[in-house]
Amino acid sequence: MKITLTHHNAYAFTGGQEVDLTKPSVMFVHGASLDHTVWTLPARHFARHGRNVLAVDLPGHGLSEGSYLPEISQYADWLVEVLDALDISKTALVGHSMGSLVTLECAARHPDRIRALAMVGTSVPMPVTEQLLNAACNDPYSAMELLTAWGHSTDAHFGGNETPGMWMIGGLLRLFERGRPGALFNDLNACNNYKNGLTAASNVKCPALLILGEHDQLTPARFAKQLAVQIENSRTVLLNRTGHTIMSEKPDALLDALIQIV
Amino acid sequence: MASSKFLKFDTMSLHAGQRPDPATRARATPIYQTASYVFRDVDHAASIFNIERTGHVYSRLSNPTNAVFEERIAALEGGVGAIATASGQAALHLAITTILDAGSHIVSSQSIYGGSHNLMSYTLPRFGIETTFVHPRDLDGIRSAVRPNTRLIFGEVIGNPGCELMDIEKVADIAHSHQVPLLIDSTFNTPYLCKPFDHGADLVFHSATKFLSGHGVVIGGVLVDGGKFDWIESGKFPTLSEPYKGFHNLVFAEEFGPAAYITRARKEGARDFGACMSPTTAFLVLQGLETLSLRMDRHVANTRILIDFLQSHAAVEWVNYPELPEHPDYELCTKLLPKGAGAVFSFGIKGGREAGHRLIDNLKLFSHLANIGDAKSLVIHPASTTHHRMDARALAAAGISEGLVRLSVGLEDPDDLTADMNRALRASQKGR
Repeated sequence: MKITLTHHNAYAFTGGQEVDLTKPSVMFVHGASLDHTVWTLPARHFARHGRNVLAVDLPGHGLSEGSYLPEISQYADWLVEVLDALDISKTALVGHSMGSLVTLECAARHPDRIRALAMVGTSVPMPVTEQLLNAACNDPYSAMELLTAWGHSTDAHFGGNETPGMWMIGGLLRLFERGRPGALFNDLNACNNYKNGLTAASNVKCPALLILGEHDQLTPARFAKQLAVQIENSRTVLLNRTGHTIMSEKPDALLDALIQIV
Repeated sequence: MASSKFLKFDTMSLHAGQRPDPATRARATPIYQTASYVFRDVDHAASIFNIERTGHVYSRLSNPTNAVFEERIAALEGGVGAIATASGQAALHLAITTILDAGSHIVSSQSIYGGSHNLMSYTLPRFGIETTFVHPRDLDGIRSAVRPNTRLIFGEVIGNPGCELMDIEKVADIAHSHQVPLLIDSTFNTPYLCKPFDHGADLVFHSATKFLSGHGVVIGGVLVDGGKFDWIESGKFPTLSEPYKGFHNLVFAEEFGPAAYITRARKEGARDFGACMSPTTAFLVLQGLETLSLRMDRHVANTRILIDFLQSHAAVEWVNYPELPEHPDYELCTKLLPKGAGAVFSFGIKGGREAGHRLIDNLKLFSHLANIGDAKSLVIHPASTTHHRMDARALAAAGISEGLVRLSVGLEDPDDLTADMNRALRASQKGR
């Protein structure tokens, strides 16, 4: 659906159902230079199971207008702008990778608006290597390849997609290719520069679930331990033999985990 | 995606799409010879039907053995996904009907498989889809054949049987300048010799009966989505960019992004047209895929030996193969097919139709049949077989003369192949 904001229109996938303000809401937030399509399966599930679903495209991404934002905190406030535009008072948040930092910061800055938090493929801090940042700036396609290669577990490089007939490596690379010029560098910078993670974690008031991949090379599971400690009411689910691209590598296990909190 | 960051072609030929069977730990891909699959409970069933969870419902739609083959060919081509079909023709039909409606128009190379020509010349017009055929080298002709209702440009990497090459990059540019995709029949070359997506094509299909399997024991096809075409930005493809009543108003391009096309092809085409591949066929094609690069190298090597032999033979008028300097597409071949121009080519025999018949009747090692891409060497006379429904004008346009003989060179010892050919060529000239 198209959402009219002050400065531009935004897009959110609603899971195949109309928005209904009488239902509890859940907002999905994608990772760096990606879009809402990474959430299609869980979005469709929760929409059919009594949730008001908003899988948003962050500004400058996917079908949303406007320009990408340089800081995680700005993306976090933008989520609340979307909630305000739709007159939604409270929502659950699900974020992946950069999106998990956005949802963490949002939950900390706007605790009265967030009823639950799920962070998928996350770590705090989320440093980005110099090699990757340089590639994103000077040779974006190389950066897309690096992220696609490192983003999948060793198992996933061989395939065996749970969605029949789909090649995960090709799918993620194509999705990166659709990103707007500069978006990847901007978003990776935003992740690298985000220093407020542990402070934000200590300000989270809602229940939180961390869903991590055992073989995640981009946000290794061990780097989420302190995050789990800092969030007062958190649990962690570790998915075995899974990389960073949890939505495509383990879609059913991810959904089972999300059902516990969303 | 030939980057060092990913598994290489030969590794993927053996492994892509498959991990040891989780139920039995079997190393080989099991044949899941089942029509349907048991749901855990009612909500699990509803979740799969509604594309919330992954899984199989019914083997017309998907099957675990087929899925390995589909994923493997998508990986080898560098696409986002694939669908196995009952035949190459079923793959072509699925490719077209996923995005074209009555009133649509195709611009096609005229140098294509006879069955594809039939489909577009005679059958699709009954359903309101028209085709304009153009020589694959005639880029201006392709450009000027595009109409406001054109929705697809189609061709083969290596034309059949004349070996005309399509300059995929230039034709893709024409297609994209009109916001339509380029579909390529990649059967003759396989992804080992050429990956059309790397050159700008959007959709690829194969007759898996041929080199992909290589053993000539199955009929099958596969359609692959490159995932690069932007169906929303094009604005010409409502089956992908507008709500689909056949699936609760799902908008494929919005929900599946780069995988919109292949998802619609499965959710609609596999469901409604039903031309699915048997899992036993998928298993057999996978056996062939495991040795694809080894076989293609040998096919090409044997072809080059046979061409050298034919070029120096007194009974041969001409040899047509893109690697020959006199071939009009020689330069393009070095760019498009650096590992080799495949194993199917044609030559003209002195003495025309009668000599051609005598040649075929006297070949012992080459099998006379209507197929290509077998491990065994094959021969056919297109004017009287594969292309017999084409009238004289269409035959001439497709570059098929009465004396044209098409070979599909197999994996036998090349000395035996040249000896067989030499014997039959001598016999063909008797009585002239």
